[in-house]
Amino acid sequence: MSMLHTVNKSPFERNTLESCIGLAVPGSAILLMEDGVIGAMANTKHSEMVKAAMANVKIYVLGPDLKARGLSEGNVVDGISVVGYGDFVDLTAEHAAVQSWL
Amino acid sequence: MEDGDQIIKKFMYMNRKAPYGTIYAWESLEVVLIAAAFDQDISLVFADDGVYQLMDGQNTEEVGMKNFSKTYSALGDYDIKKIYIEQESLEERGLSLGDLQDLKYEDEDDDWAEKDSIILISRAELAKVIDEQDVVFSF
Repeated sequence: MSMLHTVNKSPFERNTLESCIGLAVPGSAILLMEDGVIGAMANTKHSEMVKAAMANVKIYVLGPDLKARGLSEGNVVDGISVVGYGDFVDLTAEHAAVQSWL
Repeated sequence: MEDGDQIIKKFMYMNRKAPYGTIYAWESLEVVLIAAAFDQDISLVFADDGVYQLMDGQNTEEVGMKNFSKTYSALGDYDIKKIYIEQESLEERGLSLGDLQDLKYEDEDDDWAEKDSIILISRAELAKVIDEQDVVFSF
């Protein structure tokens, strides 16, 4: 079973998303939450990095955190799955371990 | 600048962080509303991830936090008329002014006509405005 990585900071403010993408083995999952949801948005300075990562890892973004920030689900990078808190629980249970990038 | 005996200073509040993930955005707003009572020359800047603070349509129901984004529309009533948005910050995030709240104030010198508080400004121009300040508060 693969690992679930969580990233909770904006890629504009910290390099956690970049580090996570660099260090997650193929087949892992990354969940973007809190200010980390900014990393899921299309047409930003970081979108290409995220698109490229999806060749190797599955990326999820927490819907409630998008809504809180007025970010539209329609504007997330194609291929990223928008999930809720229940799905977060399922993802945690489905993966061998959870690694939070701080 | 002097107004009677009172010295008016230029105060700038620099907002550079996204809302909700940290307390900075909310704290800044509270400080601004308090400071507005002192009749100083106030300007606000939203740059870097700070531009997300003004995103239209914020809905915090599911995260269980207070949605303070509606409070920004009250800034005009507190005589805060200069809200600078850095253009490059919007562009790097694939955003435009249309994604943000529309903030207005009523101009007492122009028969209370409603005017835009938001000023779109380039990084180079913003640098000059920052340099003119007496005090810059960073959030």
